[in-house]
Amino acid sequence: MDFPRILSGNWDVPDSHLLSVAKSRGVYSQLPRALAMAPAEITQIVKDSGLRGRGGAGFPTGMKWSFVPPAEKRQGKSVYLLCNADESEPGTFKDRYCLWLDPHLLFEGMAIASRALDCHVGYIYLRGEFRYIARRMEAALAEAYAAGLLGKNILGSGHDFDLYLHVGAGAYICGEETALISSLEGEKGQPKLKPPFPAVEGAWRSPTIVNNVETLAVVPWLIQHGAAAYKAIGTEKSPGTKLFSVSGHVQRPGVYEIPMGIPMTQFINEYAGGLLPGRTLKAVIPGGSSVPVMTPAEVELCSMDYESISTHAGSYLGSGGFIVMDDTTDLVAALTNLLRFYAHESCGQCTPCREGCGWMHQILCRVRDGEASEVDLGTLRDLADNIHSKTICFFGASAAMPVQSFLTKFRGEFLDRVQRRGAGAA
Amino acid sequence: MSHPAKSAASRGPREWSPEQAAEITKILARYPTKKAAVMPLLWMAQDAWDWIDLDIMRLIGRTLELPPSHVHAVASFYTMFKKAPTNKYFFQVCHTLSCALVGSDRILAHLEERLELDENGDSKDGLFSVLRVECLASCGSGPMAQVNEHFYERLTPEIIDEVIAALRSGQQLPEPRREADQWIFPVS
Ligand SMILES: Cc1cc2nc3c(=O)[nH]c(=O)nc-3n(C[C@H](O)[C@H](O)[C@H](O)COP(=O)(O)O)c2cc1C
Ligand code: SF4
Ligand code: FES
Repeated sequence: MDFPRILSGNWDVPDSHLLSVAKSRGVYSQLPRALAMAPAEITQIVKDSGLRGRGGAGFPTGMKWSFVPPAEKRQGKSVYLLCNADESEPGTFKDRYCLWLDPHLLFEGMAIASRALDCHVGYIYLRGEFRYIARRMEAALAEAYAAGLLGKNILGSGHDFDLYLHVGAGAYICGEETALISSLEGEKGQPKLKPPFPAVEGAWRSPTIVNNVETLAVVPWLIQHGAAAYKAIGTEKSPGTKLFSVSGHVQRPGVYEIPMGIPMTQFINEYAGGLLPGRTLKAVIPGGSSVPVMTPAEVELCSMDYESISTHAGSYLGSGGFIVMDDTTDLVAALTNLLRFYAHESCGQCTPCREGCGWMHQILCRVRDGEASEVDLGTLRDLADNIHSKTICFFGASAAMPVQSFLTKFRGEFLDRVQRRGAGAA
Repeated sequence: MSHPAKSAASRGPREWSPEQAAEITKILARYPTKKAAVMPLLWMAQDAWDWIDLDIMRLIGRTLELPPSHVHAVASFYTMFKKAPTNKYFFQVCHTLSCALVGSDRILAHLEERLELDENGDSKDGLFSVLRVECLASCGSGPMAQVNEHFYERLTPEIIDEVIAALRSGQQLPEPRREADQWIFPVS
């Protein structure tokens, strides 16, 4: 299949993180063009391209940008651009590659976005565990500043854009955009109720755009090739290429850039190298640990795009964190593992989330260990149903969806575990 | 991880060095408020003094004109700010689903046995600490661990043994070597 490698094109190039190498690969070639454009023209290209945010929700990027109030309605407030490089959703590890192997592409994307947004200060929020990446990126930033590609009066255009790194310190919830903003402001990383949406009132109560690393890194390509070229790749509702990070029981786990819309079986068998010899597929989580699990029958039906996964599997493409489980997997243990994660990471503000995640985890431990009854499965289901959409942020739903989907789609495996207890006790 | 005995120890009031003070000036210039510098300063302090005690929280509070209770609240919220010391080599082993599917339990059991860990996860020889952590965005190359600052991927019991032996004999922690799509310990 012939398609451009928009995001991963420089990953194989030695020292691709150095400015000289990046420039020789065409990074920053679009910045002068974009700086010569009217801001609205840039936003229009992004809108027309149909680019959808790669952080998980798939929200149209151009539309998000257009929510920033125009200068005359901002009462002199600045606009902030935040790059979400918190990447903590289990199964997701694509942004780490972008940050490590092509930081300048991200800087160029952010500089172009800043022009579109009339923004002069941006931050890249990196998860704390990425400090080793932050050191490399600090050096890359210094190179970009020295070359006049960031900072005051970029390339003589009159546009100023200062870009800084902000390093987190170990809290999954800081990936949620309002929590990320709290954390940047020097608070505990706790989400806030929306509205107001960050685009209207975000960091320091100013209009703020939060975008994922991958989303921003696509922007230079859009300027170079135009919206129509992007739309020509992928499907109607999921244009372009996407980075998928695949982990679990496949022969070649890793990060793959593919055009949206290829059959899921093709992705597993050709890109990820297929299952291990002699194994069969049991379950797939397609979009990071928070989305509903899929059965092998659903995998057969689906292609790698937003609409297919939601239509045929009731799940989401999410962050593109693709977790493959073969027939050796104990799905009860797998779900228990995930709920330990959610119980550990709940920020604690909402009672249903704080108490519910811990409770669901405890029940699951008992199911796993053969100490629960069918009644406990009912309680588990009720808990999940009562957390979903009753919390400040989407984390609650993120913990509930795996429980609901595992219990529905793999009910037999759970029943087996609680009934064996009855058999053993008899 | 909690070290009740160790965390009670106070190391006395702190002051910033001139180098740190210069760095703080640079950090403050990046943000519209002083408060926003609280995490960068906590990182700076942890780099210099290994872990965050109450005296450091007071110092940061004074520097940023924040109540020490705010600094405490922030430091407590984020798991990477150490509220107690760890040993020189700090293994943070991921045990979330993708790593569990490919054997993180085996790695943890191996570390436990080889290092004779106590209930705090500290090794008998006082050189290592081990902590189970959640997903580190390295799911495709598990089992993996962050050791001090670096990620080491596709771990096996054999690699663990070689690394422990090297570190015990006084060698430095090797920088990971990138091979294809993974960062591995540069041991054969
Ligand atoms: C619990 C939770 C965790 C999230 N974690 C991340 C993350 O690690 N990285 C990310 O880019 N977006 C994450 N998001 C999504 C962000 O809130 C936000 O939608 C996204 O960064 C917007 O960028 P995009 O429009 O480019 O997708 C998370 C959302 C929730 C509810
Ligand atoms: S849903 Fe959970 S993580 Fe989100 S704000 Fe409420 S308690 Fe915090
Ligand atoms: S599950 Fe271990 S790094 Fe993601």
